Amino acid sequence: MPTIVFVQPDGSRQRIEARVGQSIMEAATANLVPGIVADCGGGCSCATCHVYVDPEWVTKLEPADDIEQSMLEGAIEPNERSRLSCQLRMSDALDGIVVHVPAAQF
Amino acid sequence: MSVLNADSTVVIVGAGQAGGEAAAELRRQGFAGRVIILGEEPQPPYKRPPLSKAYLSGAVNEESLYVMQPAQLAKVNIEFRGNTKVIRIDRKAKHLELADGSTQAYDKLVIATGGRARPLPIPGADASNVFLLRTIEDVQKIKALCAPGKRVTIVGGGFIGLEGAAVLVKMGLKVTLLEGLPRVLARVTVPEVSAFFERVHREAGVDLRTGAQLAGFEGNPVTAAVLADGTRIDTDLVVVGIGLIANTELAQAAGLAIDNGIVVDEFGATSDPDIYAAGDCTNHPSRFLGRMVRLESVQNAMEQGRAVARNLLGKNEPYQTVPWFWSDQYDLKLQMVGISGTHDRMVLRGDPASSRNFAVFYLKDGRIIAADTVSRPQEFMFAKKLVAEGAVIDPDKLADESVPMKSLVS
Repeated sequence: MPTIVFVQPDGSRQRIEARVGQSIMEAATANLVPGIVADCGGGCSCATCHVYVDPEWVTKLEPADDIEQSMLEGAIEPNERSRLSCQLRMSDALDGIVVHVPAAQF
Repeated sequence: MSVLNADSTVVIVGAGQAGGEAAAELRRQGFAGRVIILGEEPQPPYKRPPLSKAYLSGAVNEESLYVMQPAQLAKVNIEFRGNTKVIRIDRKAKHLELADGSTQAYDKLVIATGGRARPLPIPGADASNVFLLRTIEDVQKIKALCAPGKRVTIVGGGFIGLEGAAVLVKMGLKVTLLEGLPRVLARVTVPEVSAFFERVHREAGVDLRTGAQLAGFEGNPVTAAVLADGTRIDTDLVVVGIGLIANTELAQAAGLAIDNGIVVDEFGATSDPDIYAAGDCTNHPSRFLGRMVRLESVQNAMEQGRAVARNLLGKNEPYQTVPWFWSDQYDLKLQMVGISGTHDRMVLRGDPASSRNFAVFYLKDGRIIAADTVSRPQEFMFAKKLVAEGAVIDPDKLADESVPMKSLVS
């Protein structure tokens, strides 16, 4: 199973296992990762699963679609590495991906 | 009022999203005592919003709806018991009486009993092919009868009915949607937005009838719906989405304060300090609205569930939220923030009469109190901020699409 490393704002790291096809958000909420709120449950409707993807992984991801991009622009402190983790599906190629949890989701 | 420690037991009645989130937050916050979730349905806490969307369409399977898989619940020591009905809360003994005759003690109790779909109050509504849409089981029964060419009558032009219509017409069913009021979504939005959704559904092939008074059914299984004016609509199945009844009976029988839901304070506590409540079943004070409110939304279920968990652990954090809602229909994403209705001015950004994306802002005394957006996620995200702040924005700028939303947020 591919793994995901979540880095909290205080620098602490947590590595969890995800199933192929599972979203990074789903893996986070199932493993009680703090700071991934995901109120809408993966509907790309709330932007409370915002993460900053580690620079070396950004280009390995499918780019955000228009809806995700628009939601991100209104998220809390977005930057060029911002993604909604509900839209990021895990694959073996993403084994070890590092994402940073923002200080606040709303 | 007891203080929780590693020997304490928190029991959550109701395995919906409020209950599931309360349990998860207790563990995220490091609570080391027992956490027990009792649910009447067999499944562990699951996401309900996809039931009338991706689960109905078949795009996702049942397991993907679970907030946490059973193995993950076990891993973090959240005890989930399904098919378990609580019949009484004994507040003095601090235990629950279960339908199987056993009891379950608690130190703190969370009532997250949610609501049940309102049954259709007309004869024939108990026929074998008339379905509500609230649970996985409901949707499984509906799906079993759905195939291209089948005729479905949907009763109710709210979110559930419209989302169901969108999915089923795309699956190739012949969909008739009956709304008793003069327009769909009448409880939640303005006529302009209702007219937009009526147009979109009709363009997609839904036979959408407003002001349609359903009088009864023929046959069991139902073969036709009959309207008050005598119109017959031949049908193979009926799906009913006419609202929700809060499940307050357990709390009421226990003598807790009830008023359009279980009355809780801003911390989620009921009139018994050892009993909290969260989700669709609660009536809570909203600072944002300046009144008590009972919300039927997953956002409220999740956020109030979390707030209750934190307050059980002594955080003393008032639950404050700006309500928001969303609905996916066809390629459209409806997102709403705040509660309109008390507005004195409406500002349109874009044109609902001719396009498939627009935003409506609701102002009261110059302040933005709510917004509805259709496939305008950016407007929605900025509207969330503006509504939370009660921002005063020049209506001409709001209406002017050449003015970026971003520039309107301080």
